[in-house]
Amino acid sequence: MEGSREIPIWFFIGVLLSIYGVMIFGYGLWELITGHLAHVVLARLHAPVWWGAIMLVLGLFYTLRFRPGR
Amino acid sequence: MLTAPVLSLGNSLPAATAVALTTTSLARLGGLDIAVIVVYFAMVMWIGYYLKSRANTSEEFFMAGREMTAWIAGLSFVSANLGSLELMGWAGSAYQYGILAAHWYWIGAIPAMLFLGIVMMPFYYVSKTHSVPGYLKLRFGQGSSTVAAVSFAFMTILMSGVNMFSMALVMKVVLGWNITFSIVVSSLAVAAYVALGGLRSAIFNEVLQFVLIWGGALLVPILGMIDAGGWTGLKNRILTNFQGQDYLHLWRGLGHFHDNPMGVHWTGIIFGLGFAISFGYWTTDFLVVQRVLAANSLRSARMAPVIGSFFKMAVPFIVILPGILGLVVLHNPDGSLMHLVGENIVSAHPGAGLHSYNEVLPLMLVRYCGPGLLGLGITALIAGFMSGMAGNVSAFAAVWTYDIYQPMLRRNARDEHYVAVGRWATVLGVVISIGAAYLVMNAQGIMDYVQALFSFFIAPLLGAILMGMFWKRATREGGFWGLLIGTVTSVSLWAWVHFDPSALRYVALSPDAKDMAENMYRALWSLSITVIITFVVSLFTRPRNVDELNGLVYGATALPAEDPVAFYKSELFWAAIAVVVFVALNVMFW
Repeated sequence: MEGSREIPIWFFIGVLLSIYGVMIFGYGLWELITGHLAHVVLARLHAPVWWGAIMLVLGLFYTLRFRPGR
Repeated sequence: MLTAPVLSLGNSLPAATAVALTTTSLARLGGLDIAVIVVYFAMVMWIGYYLKSRANTSEEFFMAGREMTAWIAGLSFVSANLGSLELMGWAGSAYQYGILAAHWYWIGAIPAMLFLGIVMMPFYYVSKTHSVPGYLKLRFGQGSSTVAAVSFAFMTILMSGVNMFSMALVMKVVLGWNITFSIVVSSLAVAAYVALGGLRSAIFNEVLQFVLIWGGALLVPILGMIDAGGWTGLKNRILTNFQGQDYLHLWRGLGHFHDNPMGVHWTGIIFGLGFAISFGYWTTDFLVVQRVLAANSLRSARMAPVIGSFFKMAVPFIVILPGILGLVVLHNPDGSLMHLVGENIVSAHPGAGLHSYNEVLPLMLVRYCGPGLLGLGITALIAGFMSGMAGNVSAFAAVWTYDIYQPMLRRNARDEHYVAVGRWATVLGVVISIGAAYLVMNAQGIMDYVQALFSFFIAPLLGAILMGMFWKRATREGGFWGLLIGTVTSVSLWAWVHFDPSALRYVALSPDAKDMAENMYRALWSLSITVIITFVVSLFTRPRNVDELNGLVYGATALPAEDPVAFYKSELFWAAIAVVVFVALNVMFW
C-alpha cells in the first residue's frame, strides 16, 4: 500500500501526534514558565512537557518520513 | 463484571451499567481538552473523506482491496478488539481480582492468535473467502453459512448498540455529557467514515485509534508506578493494605474454585478460556478475522496476527496495571484509602459518593492528567469506542451483503450494486445500533442476556470450522447439524443454570464456580458437542470428493509457494518469539 500513491496511514498518525504534541507541550511550557500547575498528583513532574515533547518528536518523524510524494 | 470472558474477547459492555448510577461527573474538560477531542474527530473524518475514492468496487469496499501490510492488518486486528469499555471494564476487574484479569489477555488470546496466523490463515486466505460464514458456505454449504451469518449479523449489530449505550453512559458519568449527544455524534462519525471509505477507512482509523489509545492511556501506569514507589512499593502497599489477599499471581490460586476471588479453576482457564472461548473468538469471529483477510499477501496475513499478539500481550500494562495501582494510590478527600465497590452497592447508596470498580480508570486519569492530557485520555476512550463500533458495522456490512443479501435476495447483480448495498448496510447498521442502544436504555436487564447470547455462538462455530478445516471426511450434513446442536446445547446449558442455579455443579463441575467459570465450561461443552455431532453425522453421510476441498481443508490443499525470506522476517520466527514472551510472562507472574 505504501508503495502506491495513496497517503500512508502513518502520515495521518504523524500529523495527529504533531498537533497534539504542540498543544500539550505548549501547555506544559506555559505551566512551567508561569508556575500555575494543574491540580493533579505529581504535577511537579511536568508530565505535559515531556509527554508532549515525545508526541511531537514522534509525530514530526512520522509526518516527514511518510509525507505524500516522498 | 458479570460475564467477563467475552468482554476481553471483543464486544464488551460491563462498565456502563456499573457507573451509570453515580450522580456527579468525575471530571470537567477545559478548552484545551475540547480542542484535543475536536482535532481527533476532524482527523477521522479527513481520513474517511480522503479514502472515499478508493472504495469503488466490492473488493475495495469490503476487503480494502486486499492491500493492507502485515503491520496495518495486525494493528487493526488488535484495535478492533480494544474497545473503551473493555479498557474500563478490565481495569475494574483488575482492581477487583488483581492480575488474574490478565489471563484474558495472555492465555485467553495469544495461543489463539498465533494459531490463527500460522495454522488457519492459509485456508481462509487461499480460499479467497470474503467472510467466515463465506468459508462455511464453501466447506459445508449454504445451510451452515446462513446459520452463522444470521446469528453473527444479529448479534454484532445488537452488541454494537449495547456498547454505544454503555459508552454514552460512561461519558455521562465521567464528563456529565448528555447521552443522546454522545450517541449521535460518535455514531454519525463512524457511519460517515466507514460508509465513505469502507473497510480501508475502518482499518486506517483503527490503526490511528490504536496509537491514540496508547498515547492517552500509557501515562497513567507510568505516573501511577512513580506514585506507588515502583513495583516493590506497589507490592509492599498491597501487602500492608490487603493482608491475606493475592493480587499479584496468575496461577497460584487456581487449584480450587474457592481459592481465588474469581471462582475459577485452572482447567477452566486453560481449556475453557484458553481454548474454547479464545480460539472461538480470535479464529472465527469475523469482526477480527476480516482485518487479516484484507492483508496484501499470504505472508502478511500470517504475520498480522503474530504482530498483533505482541501488542495484545502489552495491553495489560495500560489496563490491568492501572487497575491494580488503583488499589493503593486512590484516596478519598480525607486522605483515607478509597474503596471501590460493586455496582449493586453504588446503586443502593445513591448520593453517598461511592464509585464502582469500573470507574478506576477514569479516576486514575483524573488523578494524574491535567488540561490537555485529560482530553487525550478521554479521546483515547472515545477512540476505543469508535474503533470497536467501526469493526462491528464494517463486518456487519460485509456479512449482510455477501452472506445474506447476495445468496438469498439478489444473486447476480452488478458489482456497483453490492457496493451500494454495503454502504447502505453500514448506515442501516448504525441506525439499528442506535435503536438497540435506546432499547437497552429502557430495559437494562437485556444487557446481561445479550452478553450471554453472544457467547452462545462462538464455541460451536469454532467446532464446525475446526472439523471442516482439518478433517477431510467432515460432510455438509455433519457441519450443519454440529453447528446447530452445539448452539442449542450452549443455550440449553445457560437456561438450565439460569432457572436452576444448583445445576452449576454439573455445568461448571463445582458448586463453588462463579459466572466466569460457568461461561468457560459452557463453551467447552458446546464445542465438544459440536465436534462429536459433526463427527458422528459425517460418518453416516457421503463426503465430498477430495478434489473439491482444495483450498479449504488441511491435507487437500496445495498452499502457494512464497518467496523465501531471511529468518528474522519469517512469521514462524516471530511466532516463536511470541511464545517465549508469553511463557516468560506467565512464569514471571506465576
